[in-house]
Amino acid sequence: MSNVPSELKFLSSHEWVLVEGDVATVGVSDHAQELLGDLVFVELPEPESSVSAGDSVAVIESVKAASDTYAPVTGKIIEVNVELEDSPERINDDPYGDGWMYKIKMEDPDEVNDLLDADAYTESIEEDD
Amino acid sequence: MSKNTPLHQAHLDASAKMVDFAGWDMPIHYGSQISEHHLVRSDAGMFDVSHMTVVDATGEDARAYLQNLLSNDIAKLKTQGKALYSCMLNDNGGVVDDLIVYFIHDSFYRVIINSATRDKDIAWLNRQASAYPNLSLRERDDVAMIAVQGPAARERALTIFADGQRAPVESLGRFMAAEVGEYFVGRTGYTGEDGFEILMPVDEAVSCWQGLLDAGVKPCGLGARDTLRLEAGMNLYGTDMDETTSPLISGLGWTLAMSDERNFIGKQALQAELDRGVQQQMVGLVLLDKGVLRNHLKVVTNDGEGKITSGSFSPTLGKSIALARIPAGITGGVEVEIRNKLLKADVVKIPFVKQGKSCI
Repeated sequence: MSNVPSELKFLSSHEWVLVEGDVATVGVSDHAQELLGDLVFVELPEPESSVSAGDSVAVIESVKAASDTYAPVTGKIIEVNVELEDSPERINDDPYGDGWMYKIKMEDPDEVNDLLDADAYTESIEEDD
Repeated sequence: MSKNTPLHQAHLDASAKMVDFAGWDMPIHYGSQISEHHLVRSDAGMFDVSHMTVVDATGEDARAYLQNLLSNDIAKLKTQGKALYSCMLNDNGGVVDDLIVYFIHDSFYRVIINSATRDKDIAWLNRQASAYPNLSLRERDDVAMIAVQGPAARERALTIFADGQRAPVESLGRFMAAEVGEYFVGRTGYTGEDGFEILMPVDEAVSCWQGLLDAGVKPCGLGARDTLRLEAGMNLYGTDMDETTSPLISGLGWTLAMSDERNFIGKQALQAELDRGVQQQMVGLVLLDKGVLRNHLKVVTNDGEGKITSGSFSPTLGKSIALARIPAGITGGVEVEIRNKLLKADVVKIPFVKQGKSCI
């Protein structure tokens, strides 16, 4: 059973969001990294770019396939995890820590209310199985 | 309802992630595909390849039958136990399948074909058999098959044989096979490493697998098998070649025995293609920019477009590599279109990796 931390919010497409003030840190869930297998390449968004909730902003590639990942909220990219360029396996090893992907300064922090909480996300991945 | 090999429970016990492969429920990895890949390059790993199809061709006509069927010539097999890689072609020179044939004795050849192509292959083998009254074809679904591969594979695998049986296995030359008790052991594989492919009765599979585990050989999934064969520059049927592509544009010209008198199915079409001039070539690509080459991506060259047939990440090189079919004569740099961007790649000689070492 994969790990779903209760303090995080989620998209059903397996992105997680840590909200601190008006900054959202985004990564992909433990369940997603398990499904994908060993990651070998991550294409991150451009810093300072504006993104809308639902945009495909990053691509993560495992040995077997490339997967789009989506911005959970609208705002500006203020930081990306450049360590992932050389060490994409951080997402496998520590999806909720060293494997974070980027931070968004949110335009409308109320948008987080549209995201799934840990229980709802757990339910959604159990339905998939 | 998917089919299970005799080792299915062993895979589940080892926490394998299982996937459907051509109707079989097979392990893709047991935790980390990349670790399994490195293990085969550095030590030894084993693969359950019991889903592959084994057909014995026996009888006085077996040799003549195979000489008509195969584009490589089994007359090259002078020593009992010797193996040969070949394609079987259709009349247009397209590849029906690729296979390994073992010469056991003059009226006994063992052919190992792919699993995904089993049904059409069996139909093709039977159809071509009608002209040969003294031929018997028997599918051996009573055998399982384990591939043990890696620099330490032979040493570790030898421990599973009883004292009296070890010597013939130990002395096997490359691409040679021997019957050892109920086992049939070939020094062959699909990883670019040394090792054995071991056939055994279905009810021996679990104890053989366990014996190899006890000898320190770790199970590896089909995921690692695919990146290993790609680094070794070995084609995958259905991906790198199929019934619409000839061996001449699939990097398999070396398997064609064209020069002698012998006729074989597809030979005329191949000769016509050679006379016209072969238009495409199979090459290796190494991606210079960041990203991962994938199957079907477009390759842009200064003499027209080509296509990636197999692309992935090479764990040994730490770069992305691919097999690609591109216009003949192209060397040097090309570009690959990934998500509407053109990324730079180098055309290189195949293989990318040989016995654990980079060739590029």
